Amino acid sequence: MTTFLPGSVADAVVVLAEHRPDVLAGCTDYMVEVNGRHRRPGDVMSLRRLADLRRWSVAARVLHLGATVTFTELMGQPLAGFVPSLSQAARTVGSPQIRNMATIGGNVMTASPAGDSLAVLVALDAVAVLASVRGIRRLPVEELLVGPKLTSANPDELLLRLEIPLRPARHEFIKVGARNAMVIAVASLALIVDRDRTRVCCALGAVGPTVLRATTAEEFYAASSSRRSCGQSPEFVAEFASLVAAAAQPIDDHRGTARYRRHCIEVCARRALQRTLRSGVE
Amino acid sequence: MTASDIFITVNGRGQRARIDYPGQSLLSLLRDSLGLTGTKNACEQGECGSCSVMFDGKLACACLVLAADCDNSSVETIESGPRDDELCIVQRAFHETGAVQCGFCTPGLVMAVRDLISRSRGTEIEDATIREAISGNLCRCTGYGRVLVAARFAIEQSR
Amino acid sequence: MTATEDRLAGLLGTSVLRPDGVAKVSGQFAFSNDLNVPGMLWGGTLRSAVPYARLRRIDTSAARRMPGVAAVISAADVPGKPLYGLEVPDQPVFARDIVRYVGEPIAAVAAITPDIVRAALERIVVDYSPLEPVVDATLALSAEPIHPDGNLLRRVCVRSGAPEFSYDVMVEGTYSVGMQDQAFMGPECGLAIPAQDGGVELHVATQWLHADQRQIAACLGIELGQVRVVQAGAGGAFGAREDVSLQIHLCLLALRTGCPVKLAYNREESFLGHVHRHPATMQYRHYATAEGAITSIEAEIILDGGAYASTSAAVAGNAAFFACGPYVVPRARIDVHAVRTNNPPCGAMRGFGAVQTCFAHESQMDKLAARCGLDPVEVRMRNLLQAGDRLITGQELDGPAPIARLLRRLGSAPLPPRTSETGPFSLPGGAGRTTDLENVQRGVGYALGMKQLMFAEGRDDYAVARVSLTGNKATITSACAEIGQGFVTVAQQIASDVLGVSQVVLEPATTDVGSAGSSSASRQTWMSGGAIQGACDELIVQIRDLAAKRFNVPVELVSYDGGRAWGPGFDIELGDLLADRELESTFTHRHKPTRQPDENGQGTLHVAFAFAAHRAVVDVDPELGLVRIVDIATTQDVGKILNPVQAVGQIEGGIAQGVGLAVMEELIVREGRIRNPSFTDYLIPTSLDTPPVTVVELVEEPHPDAPFGAKGIGEPPTISSTAAIAAAIRDATGLALPKVPITGEEIARFAYMEG
Repeated sequence: MTTFLPGSVADAVVVLAEHRPDVLAGCTDYMVEVNGRHRRPGDVMSLRRLADLRRWSVAARVLHLGATVTFTELMGQPLAGFVPSLSQAARTVGSPQIRNMATIGGNVMTASPAGDSLAVLVALDAVAVLASVRGIRRLPVEELLVGPKLTSANPDELLLRLEIPLRPARHEFIKVGARNAMVIAVASLALIVDRDRTRVCCALGAVGPTVLRATTAEEFYAASSSRRSCGQSPEFVAEFASLVAAAAQPIDDHRGTARYRRHCIEVCARRALQRTLRSGVE
Repeated sequence: MTASDIFITVNGRGQRARIDYPGQSLLSLLRDSLGLTGTKNACEQGECGSCSVMFDGKLACACLVLAADCDNSSVETIESGPRDDELCIVQRAFHETGAVQCGFCTPGLVMAVRDLISRSRGTEIEDATIREAISGNLCRCTGYGRVLVAARFAIEQSR
Repeated sequence: MTATEDRLAGLLGTSVLRPDGVAKVSGQFAFSNDLNVPGMLWGGTLRSAVPYARLRRIDTSAARRMPGVAAVISAADVPGKPLYGLEVPDQPVFARDIVRYVGEPIAAVAAITPDIVRAALERIVVDYSPLEPVVDATLALSAEPIHPDGNLLRRVCVRSGAPEFSYDVMVEGTYSVGMQDQAFMGPECGLAIPAQDGGVELHVATQWLHADQRQIAACLGIELGQVRVVQAGAGGAFGAREDVSLQIHLCLLALRTGCPVKLAYNREESFLGHVHRHPATMQYRHYATAEGAITSIEAEIILDGGAYASTSAAVAGNAAFFACGPYVVPRARIDVHAVRTNNPPCGAMRGFGAVQTCFAHESQMDKLAARCGLDPVEVRMRNLLQAGDRLITGQELDGPAPIARLLRRLGSAPLPPRTSETGPFSLPGGAGRTTDLENVQRGVGYALGMKQLMFAEGRDDYAVARVSLTGNKATITSACAEIGQGFVTVAQQIASDVLGVSQVVLEPATTDVGSAGSSSASRQTWMSGGAIQGACDELIVQIRDLAAKRFNVPVELVSYDGGRAWGPGFDIELGDLLADRELESTFTHRHKPTRQPDENGQGTLHVAFAFAAHRAVVDVDPELGLVRIVDIATTQDVGKILNPVQAVGQIEGGIAQGVGLAVMEELIVREGRIRNPSFTDYLIPTSLDTPPVTVVELVEEPHPDAPFGAKGIGEPPTISSTAAIAAAIRDATGLALPKVPITGEEIARFAYMEG
């Protein structure tokens, strides 16, 4: 088993093209599989030492978030202030030990249907920046996540960073789980409401083969004139929530039935929207 | 670069260590190769925190760290306490407040509380913050009651 | 900042520090998995992949041929008795022609590395001919027997009171408790070293060294004296280490290879490799007057014992005898059936049968309260047992029974204030931010529990301890298994207190001394503590005799206390009196005898009883079904506290296990297979899930038969805490919730099914 430790992104993409190692950052998903004997360890390439991937910056109202930024770092200021929902999601990932090591890029590329940051990234219209020996490619995260533990990235592509447009908006992230720490989501929801309340983005986690976008609900919101009025009617909120729930495609498993998960989404959508409507926007 | 051995600093001592098999975890390296059995193995899935160590300055589960990726890394384990029967503030707090029963989770909890204290230098720490800081450490004996008392005591002692 | 050994010895009633505490906080304490010897081999176990099948063929030849493999053994290689078992030897060391549960051991391998062990296990070929498994406990008795002993593990009936009775109200319900796991932190591990005489020395974390020794010797076909068991550091137990798990396999491998062998389970194998708490289905009918005074209780209870007997008989006994709770019940008709199925075997877990029936009887008491227009405390107060009352077994409730005081003090303890903060950890859902203040309903619930201490029903339950005394140091030798509960501290406190010496050493527990019995049933302080006390008392007799002879005075005039002997014309320190002598005493402590029940469950079955009360305050988000346990308050009948900090630790820990059973812990078994054998999916409470525990009062009414008056305290916190939490959730939601654990889905189900 070879352990590749590239010193630069340029080296990394070459290694990836030539050897197709498992790409590791925080290792948290990888080692669970190796320790549990669900994955035979082979060649690996570690990105931990690549400073470029650990950085983040804001330019022209876009947050450039390096792939190996950890969840603990996402919970800290000022990053948390730029993307509150991402910070909220980060706080629900695993445990402090896991948050210290696990990375946003790893969460994306593992592409678990219950990945805690994924619904937020989709709701934020985040764009994945992928690199290979062929160059750079940009792809909305929504198009990158295509199925359970499946991305549309080519096998020789490396996730470099995420580009997240920063709009003045109210962020909400809600995750339902059976315990208050170290828990896999039964259902999760990210809701981003623009400051002028003309637009919402809403994405769902753990209730489908991958993250789902509540497109019909978003369109309903955009088309509705009542969103502008001061007292948002309960009927409006209920209709919105019902449309969000209809977008879910949950299955029954040992963590919950499909019916319960869909119900959770409806409740979370209603509450998330009520919170944003109630308290104004930063 | 093939890593059949690595250079790793453990509890301040730099040394070469051999990787015994592909996929070997840092936990296995510590316990099986280096004979440092203070770090415990209760699940190997990152779900219990009994293998908590400081890895390059961050609290981490050693079972989730790939040993082959530890070249030039620095690890601090429960064995990094003061020498000669001395206990650090956190260890003493756990011992004196009755926070130790079977003791299997204790090394991991001590590491987590030490980390909390060093990250929070001088600031007020609420009970909820302590609970969150140790939420990655499962304990089956204490119900965390005395553990919270121990952490609170250690925080006060370290001011 | 130095922790010193001198602080270990101290008076009873003080919070003396654990003698193993320094080693545990520094990572130096050796748990069973930390043991290694040079030249040792590794062991591993092949387990059945199916719940019920004939074994047509087991082919170990490919495994044997692998380089690095030292031995592969299966049923044919068991030289002694093929079956073992804690109460009934009904369980094969290795399955021979039939497997009866997923995880049943079929073979074992010893090899030079763990990887080779794993590879060899994969090379063992097993041909199963699947049979239709019996997985529904309610149908087990009408199904074909899955074992020569049949599918009934034990039936216990209690019939007390007149056939006729009157009542104004009747409340009924069917309740169920899911399969809880002990989930101790230190997975099973042992190290077996073959001895020159054809015997073996086994280092293992266990709860009863001599029971292991007995079963190992029988199955290995060697003398008892050839098996030496040494207690290794135990990472908890809670009942799961009472039965043999890896012990016999490991010793067989050691003898077969002639090498030391170490065998360790990982977490998944640990879930498969030990017994679990019995799932229970319970149908109850409580009859009462309009004022809520119970006139009769009827209950039919089925316990799923899984494939082998383990301690199902004793669990069934507890379930039956404590089916009604700490109340006056003029008439009882209780039927408990512990049945055999192809589900994973069940046995001891803290609370041992009383947990399940407590949930049922406390749920019933709340129903009765509602029916009679009483509050939960009132209905219980009206029916409480007092010392001297007759139990449903016909036994008089002897010993202190301060139940009324427990309930009264608990009922008048102030409630925590309503949550006003909105930080994530003040609301259900935690960091998931699921819930706002307006979504929260608060509920309060009460529960009372009772259980016996020590073994019961005529079992010869005893404990041996040896104490030797040289100069000013006492050395205790006891086979009592320390599993985290703090016996090691109390043992030293007892010797120090009785003998008046400040230096006390507790030797490691081995089978070199007589049996201490099991570290279970909340019995060791009473039994092994009593043995130590007995040995120390006998040593004092020797000391006084020595002084009498030395100073030529009648022994009646010799006094001894606090390390000094004095009398007419002399006053001498113990050290000076003993000089170079070593005094020694070995004492066997027995409790007063109990009887086996007659066919109506009647008799003096129990030695002593302990009671506890719990009040739970919960905040529930009924729409999502999320629960935050705000506070649990408790009162407990403890007899006498020997070590206050350790006592509180046991109580807080026991309550946390009750929390787990109430809201999150269940091994999901489908078609005989455990679906969630991992900490990822078998959820135990984290620090963000456990509430602060308010110990309102530990009532000390010393038991006259108990050494130092101290009752065991380990189990009562786990018995009624689950029921109190369930009651609180019902109070918050108005839902029936007849099953624990109560899932979010179960609470929320009513929100979306009602529309």
